[in-house]
Amino acid sequence: MNAPNKDPLLDLEQISKRFGGLQALKDVALTLYPGEVLALAGDNGAGKSALIKTISGVHKPDRGTIKYRGQVIHFETPHQARDAGIETIYQDLAIADNLDVGGNVFLGREILKRIVGLPFVDRRRMRQEAVETLQDLDIHIQHPESPLRSLSGGQRQSVAIGRAIHWKARVLIMDEPTAALGVPEQRKVMEIIQKLKKSGVGVIFISHNLNDIFQVSDRILVLRRGEKVGERLISQTNHDEVVRLMVAG
Amino acid sequence: MVLAKDLTKSVPLAGGRDQKGFRWLALLAAFRAWLFLAILLATFEIWARVAYHSTFVFNPFNVKSIALFTVTPLLLALGQTFVIISGGIDLSVGFTMGLSAVVTAHVYNWAAQFGNPGISLVVAVAAALAIAIVPGLINGHLIADLNVPPFIGTLGMYGVARGVSFLLARGTTVPVQGGLLGEIGNGETIGFPNLVLLTIVIILGMHYLLSHARYGQHIYAIGGNVNAALRAGINVRNSTIALYVLSALTAACAGIFYTAKFSAGAAQAGEPVLLDSIAAVVIGGASLFGGSGTIIGTIIGALIIAVIQYGLVFVNVEPFWQFVAVGVVIIISVLVDQMQKGGRK
Repeated sequence: MNAPNKDPLLDLEQISKRFGGLQALKDVALTLYPGEVLALAGDNGAGKSALIKTISGVHKPDRGTIKYRGQVIHFETPHQARDAGIETIYQDLAIADNLDVGGNVFLGREILKRIVGLPFVDRRRMRQEAVETLQDLDIHIQHPESPLRSLSGGQRQSVAIGRAIHWKARVLIMDEPTAALGVPEQRKVMEIIQKLKKSGVGVIFISHNLNDIFQVSDRILVLRRGEKVGERLISQTNHDEVVRLMVAG
Repeated sequence: MVLAKDLTKSVPLAGGRDQKGFRWLALLAAFRAWLFLAILLATFEIWARVAYHSTFVFNPFNVKSIALFTVTPLLLALGQTFVIISGGIDLSVGFTMGLSAVVTAHVYNWAAQFGNPGISLVVAVAAALAIAIVPGLINGHLIADLNVPPFIGTLGMYGVARGVSFLLARGTTVPVQGGLLGEIGNGETIGFPNLVLLTIVIILGMHYLLSHARYGQHIYAIGGNVNAALRAGINVRNSTIALYVLSALTAACAGIFYTAKFSAGAAQAGEPVLLDSIAAVVIGGASLFGGSGTIIGTIIGALIIAVIQYGLVFVNVEPFWQFVAVGVVIIISVLVDQMQKGGRK
């Protein structure tokens, strides 16, 4: 639950963003606490994507402030956001499926060992550390030395999440993480989200699936035409109310 | 059979259908190049024994000849391996090689005025490598910055390098005066041809770069999923440009070696081996869609082509059959790859 005694991880105030003639976001406020799952709901074009892209440094807001861990931030690029600990898990996963778990978790930040002065990529250590991180999330990869293409969609999803956690993500933005998965795998991703919560990560969760939202989220924020039309504690709302907010405000 | 059972179990698959067949096919695909090479060597050996009461594989002269035969296509294929793993292709290497061969000859002759063949050699090699960087950089810039498809960009550079090479050579071959270059090109050290030894050194360097250095890891990532590479903060642009420069440099080595071997630089030196070099990479297990391939595979691929070409001459088959044989091997090789990919879906 959003413990009021904790300081928020993320605090957005009056965020507005316009693309040409389209007012994508209008005075949106959002707060995310550590260990909390915040669901973003809304119809297509309601501004969910624009909002998460503003948080992750893809878009710069026209107006408003973003506070991250108490400080006002202005990310110029997604890289800056990621380095600060705000990571987005995209639908297309950003996984190189010809590399193994270690290669993916450490992509761009490979561990090196020196042999007669020459730097060698230390695959064994990368694999070992990646597997350990995944095990902490209760994700078990049977053959960590195989390329990821031999894994199921859910396992690849887990590797993407594991990578974010390994690099100390504090805010994890998940855009439709269960959309392409079968039912057992969806359940697994839900379990991982619960685990992340316990470890104090703040999760922003976008989904079209209200069942998923009600299963893992603590709070839900509903957007319509770029505006926040409602915010509820999951424990104090139901499907009908959320749908009503989405379509009619 | 126990082994086969274990192997079928070892890869978890979502589908569960045709797993056994898929597993065998995957194994076959992974080792197809080695298998081809073994079959070829065995065939020629039997042929040589039955028809001529001699040996093919156990004749040191044959081994040496095949090794020398392999050098040129292999050098082009080494750089090509990197490019193909990244999902690109470099059609310009044949004439980058020719350009470097001609420049080596010209500069070597020009530098004779200093009266020291060692200096001539160093200056000529440096000039040949330097000139090759130009088409490499242009290819890289076209592909990485201007988004020209690699096939088209390097085809354009193929034409430009071809024209410039022939212009520099004035449409003929450029003979080299003075002996050191030729001595090195045809000499041996502890029983091994110098060019083969130098090629082995280059192979070791390229293998390190691809399989053990960070750069190689990034090239695989770019070929596997360029968005993943970008999001991981890899400098895809610079890595891509470096790929085409690298490819041009191995082509330049092939050009230098050509001039050293024949004591003459020729613009068309690389023309007949360009497609062989691509074939070697593909036979060696790389996918033209990018993301897979190894230096060792490419070496085996280049050896297969050389063994076919040399072997058919050795057993007295009309030389034109080699084109047919190499063509068939390429097609089988790609088919096995496709079947394995099909099994994956």
